[in-house]
Amino acid sequence: MRMFNKAKLLAIAASLVLSAAIPVTHADEQYFPLQSYRVGPYAAGGTGFFGGFIDYLNLINTRDGGVNGVKLTWSEGETQYEVERGVEVYERLKNTPGVAAWNPLSVGIAYAMIDRITQDKVPLITINHGRTDSTDGRVFPYVFPLLLNPYSETSGIVNYIASKEGGLESLKGKKIVVLYHGSPYGKETIPIYELLAQKYGFELQQIEVPHPGNEQQAQWLTIRRAKPDYVVLRGWGVMNPVALKSAAKVGFPVDHIVGNVWSNSEEDAIPAGDVAKGYTAITTQASGAEYPVVKEIVKTLYDNNRGNLEDKNRIGSVYHNLGIVNGILNVEAIRIAQEKFGKRTLTGDEVRWGFEHLQLDPARVEALGAKGLFHSINVTWDNHEGNGYVTFQQWDGKKWNVVSDWIAPDWALLRPIIEKSAEAYAKEKGIKLRTTEDAVTATN
Amino acid sequence: MTIATLEAIPTSYTPRWLTPVLLLGIAYLIIPLVGTSYLFEAILLPFLALSLAGVGLNILTGYAGQVSLGSAAFLAVGAFAAYNFNLRIDGLPILGSIFLSGVVAAAIGIVFGLPSLRLRGFYLAVSTLAAQFFVQWALTKFSWFSNNSASGVIDAPPLSIAGVEFNSAVGRYLFSLTIVAVLTFLAYRLVLSQTGRNFIAVRDNETAARIIGVPVLKTKLIAFGVSSFVIGIAGVLWAFAYLRTVEPAGFNLDRSFQILFIIIIGGLASIRGAFFGAALLVVTPLILSRVGSFLLGDFFDSGVLDMSQRIVLGGLIILFLILEPDGLVSFWDRIRKRTTTRLLRQ
Amino acid sequence: MLDFDWQFFLEVLIGGLLSGVMYSLVALGFVLVYKTSGVLNFAQGAMLLFAALTFVSLVEKGIPFALALAITFGVMVAIGIAIERVVLRPLTNRPPMTLFMATLGLSYILEGAAQLIWGTQVHGLDLGIDDIPFEVGGVLISQFDLFAASVAAVLVLLLSIFFRYTRIGLAFRAVADDQFAALAVGLRLPWIWATVWAVAGLVALVAGLLWGARLGVQFSLSLVVLKALPVLVLGGFDSIPGAIVGGLLIGATEKLAEVYIGEYFGGGIESWFAYVVALAFLLIRPSGIFGQKLVERV
Repeated sequence: MRMFNKAKLLAIAASLVLSAAIPVTHADEQYFPLQSYRVGPYAAGGTGFFGGFIDYLNLINTRDGGVNGVKLTWSEGETQYEVERGVEVYERLKNTPGVAAWNPLSVGIAYAMIDRITQDKVPLITINHGRTDSTDGRVFPYVFPLLLNPYSETSGIVNYIASKEGGLESLKGKKIVVLYHGSPYGKETIPIYELLAQKYGFELQQIEVPHPGNEQQAQWLTIRRAKPDYVVLRGWGVMNPVALKSAAKVGFPVDHIVGNVWSNSEEDAIPAGDVAKGYTAITTQASGAEYPVVKEIVKTLYDNNRGNLEDKNRIGSVYHNLGIVNGILNVEAIRIAQEKFGKRTLTGDEVRWGFEHLQLDPARVEALGAKGLFHSINVTWDNHEGNGYVTFQQWDGKKWNVVSDWIAPDWALLRPIIEKSAEAYAKEKGIKLRTTEDAVTATN
Repeated sequence: MTIATLEAIPTSYTPRWLTPVLLLGIAYLIIPLVGTSYLFEAILLPFLALSLAGVGLNILTGYAGQVSLGSAAFLAVGAFAAYNFNLRIDGLPILGSIFLSGVVAAAIGIVFGLPSLRLRGFYLAVSTLAAQFFVQWALTKFSWFSNNSASGVIDAPPLSIAGVEFNSAVGRYLFSLTIVAVLTFLAYRLVLSQTGRNFIAVRDNETAARIIGVPVLKTKLIAFGVSSFVIGIAGVLWAFAYLRTVEPAGFNLDRSFQILFIIIIGGLASIRGAFFGAALLVVTPLILSRVGSFLLGDFFDSGVLDMSQRIVLGGLIILFLILEPDGLVSFWDRIRKRTTTRLLRQ
Repeated sequence: MLDFDWQFFLEVLIGGLLSGVMYSLVALGFVLVYKTSGVLNFAQGAMLLFAALTFVSLVEKGIPFALALAITFGVMVAIGIAIERVVLRPLTNRPPMTLFMATLGLSYILEGAAQLIWGTQVHGLDLGIDDIPFEVGGVLISQFDLFAASVAAVLVLLLSIFFRYTRIGLAFRAVADDQFAALAVGLRLPWIWATVWAVAGLVALVAGLLWGARLGVQFSLSLVVLKALPVLVLGGFDSIPGAIVGGLLIGATEKLAEVYIGEYFGGGIESWFAYVVALAFLLIRPSGIFGQKLVERV
């Protein structure tokens, strides 16, 4: 115990009372505070995502010496996916100089941060998830549900089923069951499925699975009786493998089950074992390690024992690649903002400007070594999702294989619904809608 | 159980009211001046809300002897009720919605307290889980509760009383502090009253209580009602002052256990105990994570550190239960006694 | 009601009963410990997780099935004995609530240790039983669930034999009946407790493997205790037959309710329905189906 000298203990005590922020004096650094979760029920997803994110930031530092000479830094605070811990980490890390953006990968934590980051003027990235109406940049200047919000996901899934059946017209008379997790997250898309069922004339039944979803006998027997053409799995955690297992139990063909973004990882398929073979799920980023950027991460980091994943087999897994794509989007937003504001440490608001001009066409995506990993993104000041394309992967028992083209959700159909919801929020909170003029500049 | 029936009588000659008044003085006058936003947002606000929930549960479990595993449900009821009162009744002041939400929580608490008339011990404890799961289900299921918000998450309204805004970190702290102080004082008065003595009589021996004329059934239901009232208001503080956003999933079984931990570690049947317990449970994980990453961060990755912290936390809880059966309160009183006797001897 | 689909009803009923067996299996671990030491062991779920994770990781490291099973069994027995020594013995004669809280702390330790040692990855667990349903008169029956039910039956049979015909079993029953009398006639309580915790470890292992094969081996495995608690209330905390019958009842009513009543509530009522059934039953019989009349207060 002698190594615990008094100064060290005092430092801990002081940092606890005041704040952990130990001012970093280097001039050109951009800092990413990470509210990671590497322990608890969702640790598998957390280690993959934050592993991929850190790997990409590390790659930029090692290979390019940062973004135009600005080093990327980060530190982690464990949240266990719990909202209060997420808030604690936010308060602890928010005063570190040069915060670029927050990337919690947790709906609950993201919600609790919306007021705070808006006040502090720092972007909040909720890639592939989060609050659908935060797509509306007029109301949510600092929140970015990049690539895919839940409504677009719904439309993407229905478009995929249509493409398998031979076009949107063929949906008429088909029957689709949506099996959703009994939580606000699970219920969020109920009206959208109803809307699409009406529009395309398919029969729809939505069935709830109570949390955590480790028992689905009753639901699948109901499905067996309903004899649908497809089942959409809007699952969460343990609910996914159990759904696949119970489907096999009632003899429902697994290749007619389509999973959503929270049902699309290795962690969802592996526990189901053999019966998961043929299961298909939506994704915005293809899995696999054959993409140049992933290969470079392996070469630069993992071959030198500097990779973040403990288990090298998980390189190129769904969550790892999502982390990498998330890294690309964050870094490119900084690069774009630097072109306008100068190659230095940016303020959060300047990074926000960068995200609002984050336009990566397929050519730029290829130049970044991510061709095939994700399609493109086109964020504007009022569209914070950026029209991400989706693709579908099928599980072959060992890994995911892409089985569809890049599919576009029906953004035009969804936009008015999103705007309505955002405007209602603005009214409740007394927020003035932004206009183009408000978005052209940034404070520093 | 050898738990002090009433607060331990201080050994020194200072009047009983001196310590609370001193503490409140510090809390109102000094802390707002020196505290940082981290201190308020990450430590004091959750501490205040959880302490109040602990006070509430202590009335039920510590004083009246009825174990509940459903505290989080009543936090949720309070939070959602206050949100809806505030949303749907125009011009109702925020304190009005807070009070009404406590009333709603109390009513629901009494309903879920009905099994206590027939059940005891763990049977009762497990049956309170029905409240835990039912409330969470209902709040998720009926989107009316969350004003049809697509995501089921609700946002806290701005806090203002008579035109004075309490929206900054310090403001929300003072807001919570005041409510907690008032309710704690009332709870303190309650447990010293005849009702409080009835609680203890029912806890210690139900048959004997009945013989001496304590209305056992009524007393149990009062305990459930009062306790749920306090916990419901704690839920409002949790939602409006601390997180400022609520989702039903945040009020899960782990939260119920956390509150139970607070009163058992702090000291059953002690109002102060809830504060001790809450302080320990809020601060310990933070210290563990700081100390862990400060001393060992260079050697292990964060996953290993975090899992070790979980193990250490579990170990500390067990160790504490073994070493300090009557909670932090008795530990504190021992220390105080020792220091005062030493001072007096000099 | 003329066109009532009896076949479907039967299917739901049988499915429910078989799920109920799985609940009983978890409840059994609780009952054993509660009966002898009066502890509601919330760490049973964590023990289940620990057992399944240990077994699966060993098998994935190439250790043969039987050996892995033996090693895991050894580990679980050691954990059981260690729990008794380190946690429960110092807490003898404390209020039941304190003991309950201690087992909560214990579940933190076990969950943390399981993930620390074996990692956070999720695993599939294949026990070699195909889960392909077969049809009896148009009613689908799950092969795996039947297998699980027979394993549970064998386990209960073994436990009954153990407690009825062995010396230690006799001692166990003596302790369950009257602790003080058992002490007075010279039974060594700690030793019996250690045995019971070891047996609870065995039950956790069996339940962990069967549930693990159903859910995959991952953190959520520890959540299955929530399914066992209403079974305990219904069957009585201290009754082995109660755990079995309670499990069957809860499983069947829960599934039937979800299918037939659920739609009127908008579905998803399974999370609390079991508790309501248990509660309604208790209002009629406050100590469960087979529970002892005397229910100790906390």
